[in-house]
Amino acid sequence: MSEAVRSTRSAAASSHVEAAASYRQTGRTASGRRIQLEARGLKKSYFKAGHEIPVLRGVNLTVQQGEFLAVIGQSGSGKSTLLHLLATLDGADAGEVWLDGMRIDNLPRRRRDALRNRKLGMIFQFYHLLPELTALENVLAPLMIAHGLWSWLRHRRSHVQNARRLLEQVGLGQRWQHLPRELSGGEMQRTAIARALAPGPAVLLADEPTGNLDQHTGAEIMQLLRSLNRQHGLTIVMVTHDLANAQQAHRVVRLVEGRIESA
Amino acid sequence: MYKYLLCWRYLRSRYIALASIVSVTLGVATMIVVNAVMAGFAREMQQRLHNILSDVVLESHSLEGFRDPEWHMELMQRAAGDDIERMVAAVHVPAMLSFQYGGRGEWITRPVTLIGIDDEAPEQAAEFRQYLQHPQNRKQFSFRLRDGGYDVYDHQAQDRGTPRPEMRHAGWTHRRRMAELRRAAAQFGRQSPDASSQQGAHDHRAAEDEQSSTPSVPDDAELRGGDTARPAQRPSRAARSADPFARGGTERRFDPRTEQHTGLVMGIGLASFRLEATDRFLLLPGDDVRLTFPTAGTPPRAVDDTFTIVDFYESKMSEYDSSLVFVPLRRLQELRGMIEPETGIGYVTSIQIKLKPGRELNQVRDKLRALFPPQLYSVSTWRDKQGALLAAVHMETAILNVLLFLIIAVAGFGILAIFFMIVVEKTRDIGILKSLGAGGRGIMGIFLFYGLLLGLVGSGAGMVLGLAFTQNINAIADALGRLTGRPVFDPDIYYFYEIPALIEWPTVTWIVLGALGIAALASVLPARRAARLHPVEALRYE
Repeated sequence: MSEAVRSTRSAAASSHVEAAASYRQTGRTASGRRIQLEARGLKKSYFKAGHEIPVLRGVNLTVQQGEFLAVIGQSGSGKSTLLHLLATLDGADAGEVWLDGMRIDNLPRRRRDALRNRKLGMIFQFYHLLPELTALENVLAPLMIAHGLWSWLRHRRSHVQNARRLLEQVGLGQRWQHLPRELSGGEMQRTAIARALAPGPAVLLADEPTGNLDQHTGAEIMQLLRSLNRQHGLTIVMVTHDLANAQQAHRVVRLVEGRIESA
Repeated sequence: MYKYLLCWRYLRSRYIALASIVSVTLGVATMIVVNAVMAGFAREMQQRLHNILSDVVLESHSLEGFRDPEWHMELMQRAAGDDIERMVAAVHVPAMLSFQYGGRGEWITRPVTLIGIDDEAPEQAAEFRQYLQHPQNRKQFSFRLRDGGYDVYDHQAQDRGTPRPEMRHAGWTHRRRMAELRRAAAQFGRQSPDASSQQGAHDHRAAEDEQSSTPSVPDDAELRGGDTARPAQRPSRAARSADPFARGGTERRFDPRTEQHTGLVMGIGLASFRLEATDRFLLLPGDDVRLTFPTAGTPPRAVDDTFTIVDFYESKMSEYDSSLVFVPLRRLQELRGMIEPETGIGYVTSIQIKLKPGRELNQVRDKLRALFPPQLYSVSTWRDKQGALLAAVHMETAILNVLLFLIIAVAGFGILAIFFMIVVEKTRDIGILKSLGAGGRGIMGIFLFYGLLLGLVGSGAGMVLGLAFTQNINAIADALGRLTGRPVFDPDIYYFYEIPALIEWPTVTWIVLGALGIAALASVLPARRAARLHPVEALRYE
């Protein structure tokens, strides 16, 4: 199992280089599936009023390609922080993040930006849509960021088609012209999912995607994520505090006191 | 790409930012208007000054003048002949202008500058001719009174402006009519010998103003029409006595209906006044006036002579329009005793020099200065004469520009503050964009471009506003004048009859670029702050 691999890896922390080398050669875990995303010994503390508050105390996590992993934990257990570190939005105090056999946390800022743009889709509890843009434009936003003005204008038609298709896929085919404030919570989250999927990412990082939705709508969103995972083989890492939601994933791990425990 | 889309959306949704840009708009508009007016003012004034004053003037310090202008001209021709296009001799002398006004026998006396000009010189100052009121005189000037046809509308105004109805009668028509009236008055005076000249004068006006049936209420009649403001002139003894001098000493009686005295061109401001934005005339071409001026001898004595107004001079520089009187040079020389009886060689007080185009004024001036002893002569350019005025205008423009640009700079701080607010407001969006893979540069670009766009909108609107205002500045001034009941631009006070405005495109470009630069600069700090926002903190920001 991957857990086993992970534990041996962490045990052999001193022989990181060799492990990485073998991983790079095969790109596969013991189970035969490729490892897509991996966290190795991630540590992160915050400083508040001069006191160090450790949040992550050495998180090891391996996500296989096509896996739907749920990370559960109580509020303040560092779930979001872990996700931010995986997305390279924040830097860890110690530890490494690997994506598709490449260490990504120590890349130059611009490469990390590009990676986040193309490979890592993110959705959030509060949807985080840009309020000035319509649903369609929100979905197009990562593509616009990826392209300069001229290349955007050249490929605009295919991008728009792609985005319309994604919106249809998440069930918002008719509402693409609406602004976020004209959409319901569930619709906003669907738009956010479509946006995360627009560049064709390797991994979808979901931060409490149902946290702000009622049970029914939340279930719909979970349904959507599951079907994306199943039909398109999308790797999903979801953090949540809701065990019921978490249990719809392939695998659930628990974040307790800054460390991962298998659930 | 997202930068431009977001900027555009921000521009359309953040009206507060547009409010901050209003000050830029107003600043730019004001700067354009002020610069246009100042430039127009300076240009107009330079042109007029230059037209009135010749390029370089050689003057004697003494009113007596210097002997033999031809000799002086020859000397100068030898020294700087290549630069000089033509030279004209003239006599400048202070004088008193007297005329009778209102038919009440009241004499009005005004100090003037009397200039003797050579009307024989073929192209006697085209610049001088263009300010005259008779179209024929503007083509070919002569000191002879014209029959009529003087401009009723100001020929220099772009639109026709307010008419001067009294000018319709100017010329021989007016002269004959006045002569008839005077004759009738004289007969009336003979019939009732005890009637005062004042009473007689009343009747002139009564006869002239056909509607006036009550000569006993002179003030009323006087207020009613402009015509009543005309002088009723008594045939003056001086005129008769001076006349034979002009006409070779014939004892024949001078008939004002068919004859004129020596011609005279008068600054229009001396003969008219403005009442409710129309020109009313005290005198018209065809009227006679008396001039008293000093002779050239030592000590100077006052001599006087009667002249007939043949035209008005209107340069629109009120300083000149209300002080200059032109008479024929030869006649003035005779009257002042400036002609040597034995040789016939005249004296003049100045030689006006016109340079060929493109010559360096000061260089020629210095060349000519070397020729003459500075104790007796002064050589100066027109810029020297009015240099203080021109320098003052330039100084004023510079100070106004500094002040107005400070206003735009203040607007820049407004933009800075509002941009900081917008960055704070948009903190979460910045976090979102960063989570979507936007780099710091891209985020900075949003706000820099936004600032530039706002600057563009602000200064563009300011430019349009400023140009529109400048184009219609006189209409606006008139409307304001009507609204407040007080003329905004009173031509009696200023040099010009309407506000001159000259749009200089380089200036406009600089103003707009400056405003754009300030708007862009003001957005740099907030944009940097936005670029440096930590994405996680930004995302967490509520």
